Amino acid sequence: MAVVLILVLLVVGSLLFHVLSPWWWTPIASNWTYIDSTLVVTFWITGVVFVAVVLFMAYCVYRFRHKPGNKAAYEPENRRLEWLLASGTAVGVAAMLAPGLIVWNQFVTVPDEAQPMEVVAQQWLWSFRLPGVDGKLGRSDTRDITSENPLGLNKNDAAGLDDVIVEGGELHLPVGKPVRVLLRSIDVVHDFYVPEFRAKMDMIPGMVTYFWLTPTRTGTFDILCAELCGVGHPQMRGTVVVDEAADYQTWLDQQQTFNQLLASGEQQPAN
Amino acid sequence: MVEIPSGSADAVPTAEVEDVELYHPKSWWTKYVFSQDAKIIAVQYSVTAISIGLVALVLSWLMRLQLAFPGYFAFIDANHYYQFITMHGMIMVIYLLTALFLGGFGNYLIPLMLGARDMVFPYANMLSYWIYLLAVLILVAGFFVPGGPTGAGWTLYPPQAVLSGTPGGSDWGILLMLFSLIVFIIGFTMGGLNYVVTVLQGRARGMTLMRMPLTVWGIFTATVMALLAFPALFVACVMMLFDRLLGTSFFMPAIVEMGEQLQHGGGSPILFQHLFWFFGHPEVYIVALPAFGIVSDLISTHARKNIFGYRMMVWAIVVIGALSFIVWAHHMYVSGMNPAFGFFFATTTLIIAVPTAIKVYNWVLTLWRGDIHLTLPMLFALAFIVTFVNGGLTGLFLGNVVVDVPLSDTLFVVAHFHMVMGVAPILVIFGAIYHWYPKVTGRMLDDVLGHIHFWITFLGTYAIFFPMHYLGLLGMPRRYHELGDTVFVPPSANTLNVFITVMALVVGAAQIVFLFNLVWSLFKGREAGGNPWRATTLEWQTPQTPPAHGNWGKDLPVVYRWAYDYSVPGAAEDFIPQTQPASGGATREVVA
Repeated sequence: MAVVLILVLLVVGSLLFHVLSPWWWTPIASNWTYIDSTLVVTFWITGVVFVAVVLFMAYCVYRFRHKPGNKAAYEPENRRLEWLLASGTAVGVAAMLAPGLIVWNQFVTVPDEAQPMEVVAQQWLWSFRLPGVDGKLGRSDTRDITSENPLGLNKNDAAGLDDVIVEGGELHLPVGKPVRVLLRSIDVVHDFYVPEFRAKMDMIPGMVTYFWLTPTRTGTFDILCAELCGVGHPQMRGTVVVDEAADYQTWLDQQQTFNQLLASGEQQPAN
Repeated sequence: MVEIPSGSADAVPTAEVEDVELYHPKSWWTKYVFSQDAKIIAVQYSVTAISIGLVALVLSWLMRLQLAFPGYFAFIDANHYYQFITMHGMIMVIYLLTALFLGGFGNYLIPLMLGARDMVFPYANMLSYWIYLLAVLILVAGFFVPGGPTGAGWTLYPPQAVLSGTPGGSDWGILLMLFSLIVFIIGFTMGGLNYVVTVLQGRARGMTLMRMPLTVWGIFTATVMALLAFPALFVACVMMLFDRLLGTSFFMPAIVEMGEQLQHGGGSPILFQHLFWFFGHPEVYIVALPAFGIVSDLISTHARKNIFGYRMMVWAIVVIGALSFIVWAHHMYVSGMNPAFGFFFATTTLIIAVPTAIKVYNWVLTLWRGDIHLTLPMLFALAFIVTFVNGGLTGLFLGNVVVDVPLSDTLFVVAHFHMVMGVAPILVIFGAIYHWYPKVTGRMLDDVLGHIHFWITFLGTYAIFFPMHYLGLLGMPRRYHELGDTVFVPPSANTLNVFITVMALVVGAAQIVFLFNLVWSLFKGREAGGNPWRATTLEWQTPQTPPAHGNWGKDLPVVYRWAYDYSVPGAAEDFIPQTQPASGGATREVVA
């Protein structure tokens, strides 16, 4: 009997924990509310299955536990029941998969108007690059990285000269504008992760990965690294500030371009 | 008369199996140490696996202490923390679970359950164990070399695994880890070929494939998978060793490490991830399928009822095994691979839920109208179902590509895989040990100690990992030595972390009760007799308990029925051993 009671309490306890616990996702700050909705659908379907299976088991233990003189039934198969359960499961799975794939399609289809911007990771700090007035990011290569050119931009590519370079620290994004986040790493695998954006993606040295989002509310959010990148992994922090358009422009104007960075680098040896 | 799906009692046994001449040990050394007897090898595998598992248990304590009380224990610095998580993960997955299920249970049960005298290649089987032990020793050596063991995480992703920003990356740590894995795979292959060939060629007369207990089906399928999956890990290890030692660039693109251009160029870090998970995902089922098989037999025996839907159960095992080779990239949804792969891998991954769910239904339907004896093996089986259902369902979150995006690399993942491939299989291992210990030693494990062990382990692990999902949902990343100042994490989350750590310490301590029980019962346990659970399968019908070398005395057993004739209507007892001929002269078919 204790077993039955504990199984029931375990179900009730899990449900209460789910409803009452203060630990839930952070308020969303991007367009990916569909991800949250799919998650909620999944919670409902899996929750119902969990409760049903464990309670059924508890009932079986209650009803069919051994008593002297009891004898089990002999029923090797029941094809109808088995196929019925299999089909029911298939329907439940499809109910989760279908919305999931539809949202994934949105996730991987970057809208044309999305502005490119680049996040560059290294052990253990974040840098950022925003396109200049031409709206384009210049070419880059890990081989071109020097102390004066920390992100390895190609000096011969005119599109890169006006790129805005932000080393370490703080990234700003305008609210309501879709951005295509291009991700690059110069040493090991990192992962650009802002919990409030929901989206995240690994950054692989040797290739450029991406995702897109539209920030939907202003505020300041933590950037974390979500892929183990060595002992400094937890300290690899940054901040993303989502601004109104005007504030964003003010911030952007204060940042230095690649051209300015090169110029200051050339001045130093002359000093 | 109900029609029995397979192996009805009057089916004709298969052709004569020639008896084999075994190697007979001549000294104490060849009998107990360099033994070729699968049963001794099984015990050697099990004791070694459990011993190294205890190391992993202590490492998990240290990690949990750091997470609950960051900075309080000065010796658990970032380096050590990452070394602990890496060694904990690798030990649990490979050196404990894989070795114990296949090397331990596989060796003990395959010959006995199939009516064979031993494995078909006893000498290779012996080598398999000693090579495994060597792999364990190389792994442990990591703790004693300069720089310590690798701290690259059990996934060993390059480039960080071989760079100086990771503990052991530019020292001995990563080398020993790769060597150890390579040696392990060599040893496993020797054992694995044995298990497969024994199942296919070594069965007793009458033991058709569709009369085999599900335990053997689970171990057999898992072994086939392991033989196909481990080579991917093997080549990945060799390639990484070349990158590290010979300066090749299989996994190494152009890299600037701490401001310095490295000599590598052109390699692909993501190639390693594909190789790793091509092994890594089947590995989950290499651990799970033996557990599925064993738990089916525990439930059937202790509910005194045939396993429900035996044929469906066999096919589910085979289908899961096959599908598990085309789902690996669901570990890589946010890896930066071509996002179009997400559609394919999410679909295959969720399809695998269907045969898995069928198994769960058939377990609980076996309980339905059973005669449930709440023995320790049955309790562990029930706990397994709860834990596995919970962990399996959270797999539907992570398998569904877009839902995985926010949860990937958070504690949700840690909670999920600990539930589904950590705790759930371990609960089966415990149930199996309580079930088969009487056969191995001739004595029963103590019931009171067993109940203490059971309740703390089951409820404790649930209390550890169920709430942990919600920390992941909150966004708390995994593999953080300390969380530091983070705006989105409320202080209450640390309270939960402390709770989880306390539960982890308690659950760990409960294992001491179990170990004590294992040793104490060896000398003081109640005499078990040959078939204490009144089970049908062959291992309970041996002439001696524990079974002698060669298992069966003079004559090999002959099998007349499937493994699940429990509570057959009209039978005198509530079980009919597989060796019992059908009444009414069914023996005529046996005469060849």
